[in-house]
Amino acid sequence: MNLHYRELFNALLPELALVLGALLVLSVDLIAGRGRAAATRLRVSVLIGLLALAAAGYGAHLAGKGGPAFDGVFALDALGLAVRLGVIVLGALTLGLLPGVSRLRHPAEYVAVMLLATSGFTLMAVAQQLLVAFLALELASLSLYVLTGFDKSRPESAEAALKYFLVGGMSAAFLLFGFSLIYGLTGSIELPAIAFQLRGLPVTTLLVVALVMVLAAFGFKAAAAPFHLWAPDVYQGAPASSAALVASASKLAGFALFVRLLWSGLAPVAGDLTGTGTGPGWVTIVVIISAVSLVLGNIAALAQTNVRRLLAYSAIAHAGALLLGVIAAGKSGPAPLFYYALTYGFATVGAFGVIAVVERAGRCQSLSDLAGLYRRSPLLAGCLFIFILSLAGIPPLAGFFGKFTVFAGALKLNGLSSPAGWLALLAIGMSAVGLYYYLLILKQAVVAAPVAGAEAKIPVPAMAAASLVIAAALLVVVGIFPSVVLQLLR
Amino acid sequence: MNALPWTIYLSFAGAALCLLAGARSAAAARAIALITSLASFAATLLAARSFVPGPGLETLVNVPWIAELGVRYHLAADGISLTLLVLTGLAATAGVLFSWNITERTGEFFALYLALIGGVYGVFLSADAFVLFVFYEIAIVPKYFLIANWGSTNREYGAMKLVLYSFAGSALVLAGLLWAYAAGGGNSFALGDLAAAATHFTRTEQLGMFALVFLGFAVLAGMFPFHTWAPTGHVAAPTAASMLLAGVVMKLGAYGCLRVAMPLFPVGFVYWQPVIAWLAIAGIVYAGLIALVQEDFKFVIGYSSVSHMGFVLLGLAAANSQAVSGAVLQMFSHGVIAGLLFAVVGRMVYERTHTRKLAELRTMPLHRRLPFAALTFVLAGLASMGMPGFSGFPAELTILIGTWKTSPLWALFAAGGVLVAAAFTLRAIQVSFFGTTDKSSPAPATPAHSHHYDPITWPERAGAMLLIAATVYIGLKPDALLGWITPALQSPLMQAVLKGGTP
Repeated sequence: MNLHYRELFNALLPELALVLGALLVLSVDLIAGRGRAAATRLRVSVLIGLLALAAAGYGAHLAGKGGPAFDGVFALDALGLAVRLGVIVLGALTLGLLPGVSRLRHPAEYVAVMLLATSGFTLMAVAQQLLVAFLALELASLSLYVLTGFDKSRPESAEAALKYFLVGGMSAAFLLFGFSLIYGLTGSIELPAIAFQLRGLPVTTLLVVALVMVLAAFGFKAAAAPFHLWAPDVYQGAPASSAALVASASKLAGFALFVRLLWSGLAPVAGDLTGTGTGPGWVTIVVIISAVSLVLGNIAALAQTNVRRLLAYSAIAHAGALLLGVIAAGKSGPAPLFYYALTYGFATVGAFGVIAVVERAGRCQSLSDLAGLYRRSPLLAGCLFIFILSLAGIPPLAGFFGKFTVFAGALKLNGLSSPAGWLALLAIGMSAVGLYYYLLILKQAVVAAPVAGAEAKIPVPAMAAASLVIAAALLVVVGIFPSVVLQLLR
Repeated sequence: MNALPWTIYLSFAGAALCLLAGARSAAAARAIALITSLASFAATLLAARSFVPGPGLETLVNVPWIAELGVRYHLAADGISLTLLVLTGLAATAGVLFSWNITERTGEFFALYLALIGGVYGVFLSADAFVLFVFYEIAIVPKYFLIANWGSTNREYGAMKLVLYSFAGSALVLAGLLWAYAAGGGNSFALGDLAAAATHFTRTEQLGMFALVFLGFAVLAGMFPFHTWAPTGHVAAPTAASMLLAGVVMKLGAYGCLRVAMPLFPVGFVYWQPVIAWLAIAGIVYAGLIALVQEDFKFVIGYSSVSHMGFVLLGLAAANSQAVSGAVLQMFSHGVIAGLLFAVVGRMVYERTHTRKLAELRTMPLHRRLPFAALTFVLAGLASMGMPGFSGFPAELTILIGTWKTSPLWALFAAGGVLVAAAFTLRAIQVSFFGTTDKSSPAPATPAHSHHYDPITWPERAGAMLLIAATVYIGLKPDALLGWITPALQSPLMQAVLKGGTP
């Protein structure tokens, strides 16, 4: 082993910027924030946070995509760079939602933890070694548990954090167990070496156990059925901006890590991908998880009356479609998956942003709390219109093209001879089901009149408005010109 | 011809402007909507003047769009699309005139309306399946909000039902197209390339793909038994939206069948041809009979639309040059006539009498109170029945003659449908406008009856005249359109399916 610390430094520039940013936020608040209004402290913290994110973006650019770095521990490739930039943009959009909206106590700590979570995400994007992958995942997860439970004034927040923590902790245990079995079988923790070793190995029971453990753990993290039970509670109880981060950047980074692990580490045991009968493998398990998520997420969302829970079930359905993208990535590359996850992130950050702003003026839990939004704030209603229609997959918004390219990739595997092809048809059918509940949200926001007693205009703070408008504009622009994003991965 | 793509851009620009202007002034939004729809119509007519009928699509724009998937932004037109573009221009302009009385959220109404129109223009101009699908979906969403916001009778139910049917249909189309795209190697969505690739597909693949794509489009064309969204949705919709939905949007479905499903998968078409024909006939007769017993005036028109669209599908199913040109002519004709009928029922009558119950209308001597409405409805009714001198006559006659060549049995059943159509139209005319005013009638004159109705306004007159002129002109001179349509059917893509057109 010949380690160059300079190389390590270069590879981890974004994480460095984010961690320094988090420390800076804390120290500035500690030194200068005492005795000042929470709003001012929040604004200063967000400002520093945005600067740190900008520096991290620049750092990611400097780290570049030169290939494996630091003896193969990090994969500085196109996917890594694109995902790093993606989570940084999503993180920035989420941060932008805070000033004037969030009423959380300890704003500086909140921003600092958000930055730490983001550094976990950027690390997940490039991890190419089991230990670093686990470390990155846990850094992100622990930060998200804290963010979920940050609203000390509401018991739901604490409840959500506890559930999230217990389920997440269990899935971490699964993951570590799976990783240790893989290490035991192959004698390596580096993905390319694992792939090399697996090529010669028969599919033993031990390997199957390892695969099931790893996939179950990722199912938990991605909120795919049947490991989804934490998601509705977390989406409902967490502060809106935390839920936004859980639903967007965390998803993008998680799927990037997942696709890297499966395709650069475990590709030899992928199994029957094209329906030509090359034996069992993890694709079968992913197909099942994806199908169950698509059906369960969409059907359960129909029955929801709480807008956050509805978004949670819709997230489960989207996780199903994303898993389809993971399967398709073996042949058509990760570009469709990345596009889908990124644009899904824009839409959910936006949707939770709207919820956050509405919540400031009153309640925003049940669907009818959105009633008459078009009169209370045309800006919010217009933005929500775009976010929800993008989630529903209506062109020319980005959500449509994301679905389109993922399904096209799945069908390209081997048409309907491959189970992925049938899964794509199922997903297309389920998107018609999805439109129903998405329209229920929009019916309240755009059609229904305001409920008596909640007719007041909703003021939208400038920064939150900017964040929402940018997210909406990104969905439109990236939807009409998808090549802008797809080119990142070429 | 190069003016045609502007119909799309003008409509979307007009939609954006309406949204901005509507917040300040309703009158401005109205004016913008009228100017936009007139400008698009003018662009279409301008293009039509320089149009030389010929086989094959004339390319208007063709630039790479999404290189990664081989999608090109390819717009093109031939006689068939031009016919439907003219129809869209007519219906859109008339629709704006008949929505002059929208006062609530006017800007948003016209913005959604024009967005819908823009999507429709886009579908008719697309020569790339991906582009076509994108525009097709853009045309779906505004319908929900138009109906749910500005509609009447059970509007939220009607809106949701209509949109879910449309979206489920488009999901089938997407599934079929993606399947074909992937099976063809995944390099291009151009209709010609897909058709070329489809010649190498297995029979099973062709059958499956055709079933998905055709059924998906046919749902929007109101094919029996997937038509139930149409009457419910059209009745719930505000007048302009019903005019547009029945007049133009249902044609999107039929156009998709003709432009995408049939030429791409001719083998699949031959297999399913009898099924489609019998479903079309069932639709003609069944919807006609249902229209005969409706108690709500607007439902009569709603079911009549399904019945008339059955003729379009039958013409497509007969698949010879004559039947298909008749089907396209019928799309145009029905688009104009349905617009007219919905305008009379929804705007002229309902907005004044506030009832659509035939039993109540029967007690009002509407032919004396609203002579213009009565005249318009009689003319539209005659056109709808297929009287010579109106566009319905050459259209349905051409379809029937064409169908006879393929299968006399189909033509006989469909001709029975013409009789049913005459029956329900005459009943509607008689009961609604020339009901009894007999003093001995048991219904006492309620105050609502004696009350004076607002006179018919100028936008209503202008809109009605426009549509009547169109149906009479085409009735007297059907060759004006058939001269465009028939050469377009000589293109290799169309011939592939028209040759195989005998069961």
